[in-house]
Amino acid sequence: MLNWLSNLDRRWIFLAMGLCVAVPILVIGLTGYTFPEKPTPLAEAFFDAVDTAGEEKGRRGNVLLAFDFDPASAGELSPMAISLVHQCAERGHRMYFIALWPVGPQLITESIDKVIKRHYPDLVYGEDYVNLGFRAGNEQVIKVMGIDLTSEFRTDVEGSALAQIPMMDGITTLEDFDLIAEISAGYPGSKEWVLYAATQYNIPLVSGMTGVQAPLNYPYYPKQLKGLLGAIKGAAEYESLVNDWVLKNQLNKTLVAGGMDESTADGVAADLASAPSQVSTWTTSADAASLSPEVKAQLVDIATTPIPGEFLEGQRRMGPQLFAHLLMVFLIILGNIIFFAQKRRGGAA
Amino acid sequence: MQFFTRTVPLLVTGLAGLVMILSAFFPYTSDWGKVAGQFFNILAAFAFVLGGGSLLKIHLKKVSDQAAGWGYSAVVLVCFLATLFVGLFKIGAYPSPEAPNMMFSGETQGTGSAFWWAYEYVFKPLTATMFSMLAFYVASAAFRAFRAKNFEAILLLGTAFIILLGRTAAIVITDWIPNDGPFGDLRLENLSVYVMQVFNTAGTRAIIIGIALGIASTSLKIMLGIDRSFLGSGD
Repeated sequence: MLNWLSNLDRRWIFLAMGLCVAVPILVIGLTGYTFPEKPTPLAEAFFDAVDTAGEEKGRRGNVLLAFDFDPASAGELSPMAISLVHQCAERGHRMYFIALWPVGPQLITESIDKVIKRHYPDLVYGEDYVNLGFRAGNEQVIKVMGIDLTSEFRTDVEGSALAQIPMMDGITTLEDFDLIAEISAGYPGSKEWVLYAATQYNIPLVSGMTGVQAPLNYPYYPKQLKGLLGAIKGAAEYESLVNDWVLKNQLNKTLVAGGMDESTADGVAADLASAPSQVSTWTTSADAASLSPEVKAQLVDIATTPIPGEFLEGQRRMGPQLFAHLLMVFLIILGNIIFFAQKRRGGAA
Repeated sequence: MQFFTRTVPLLVTGLAGLVMILSAFFPYTSDWGKVAGQFFNILAAFAFVLGGGSLLKIHLKKVSDQAAGWGYSAVVLVCFLATLFVGLFKIGAYPSPEAPNMMFSGETQGTGSAFWWAYEYVFKPLTATMFSMLAFYVASAAFRAFRAKNFEAILLLGTAFIILLGRTAAIVITDWIPNDGPFGDLRLENLSVYVMQVFNTAGTRAIIIGIALGIASTSLKIMLGIDRSFLGSGD
């Protein structure tokens, strides 16, 4: 047995890994079940930075979204990119998309299609969001944008001159943005944005990145990086924060529209968002007596409508990752048991 | 001719480096930095052409010599030229609604174009597959190479377990420990954050400072013409 294990054909390991990834994907796909997420302070800081963008200046936040990744790392990074656009769209920020990676524009288009066009069709291109596309030059693009953005980006991705885009009015350098939100898969990425934008111009920067990059960027948190999302775990935490907040926001808006005063509505919405299954019961209680039947029906509708699949991708991908990690731990322990057993046998001989 | 192949590039390098340093420290010279940056970005765009030419040269030579693996080179060439062709000529791209009668008014990457198709159904799945294959090799390596041979290896193994489980199974394994209680810090997700923010940050800071000092000294050597390896002369 020991000999068989020590000479184990690696194809058995490949098979085990394949099953550990495939079975959870199938089960989660069929049942829709996801593991609960408890956000860490890093994900909460990321969320708060996006949430408060522009507040200091008392205006809609101007958020620069840099998508510096490619399809190879999209499995890890797309969910956080989607959640980022989701939060910005729901919060009413102006979104300026750019990419320092050649295939970034396709990933920007994908996020715009999945979030803005599908769930926020009222947002207008050129007024609420703009896609400035890809520019070659890596960190030099950031440097030039810091001095004069319009000399680096003369048109948007569709070829329209920046002067014709209403939301570009007043945007001339990086300092005109309230927040830079960056999704990074390597070079150029979060480190370059820290060095040439956040540090030099003191602009708040948050970054989501691959698991490999995260350890290298921890030293920049919380000064240069106001928030950091590492790999699919960070994406899942942030996603759950955004989904809970969106639900609370929608309930709050409905309660206020139904005549409840804002301070009470805020507390009630928070309570209801933490237990959506209780909304139906709450609408029959004395607390909801002042609300009209239409408002009550709307509240139940908001609470019971399933969250769209694209806003659950991060949490769903934690399933395969959990089992893959457990397999890795098991393999490491097994490998060491074999190692020590062989050592003992060799020593005895 | 040495003047053009060595002296001029050295002067350009030294001058560009000096301008970038000045523009970082003196606001009056920030426009100089902008111009130098724009020069760089234009050159970076040209580098794509140079890269394409270099790729053609290397793989055409491999195919013509019928060197080992020349079949792969042929695949590279066919894919490269086909992508270039469909992208440049906007094959299958719908004309822009603003100029429906103009042949090349559509978006190269617009949905339905050949370039979009190649990205969506060839490039995207291929790169994702290559990246995801890492999981299989990492699992195999974990089984064969991760051994608790000495104290340092045991530390590494312990850290790996905390991070691997803290990033995934924490909520299952240590959820019974109250987060606000005296032992809350022992929850795996908190331990994982602690390891990353304290031990990892300390080590990474040391590495980053070392790299920064190295970059500063190397840059100075290049600017002053002491290190001329970028000229390709082997100096």
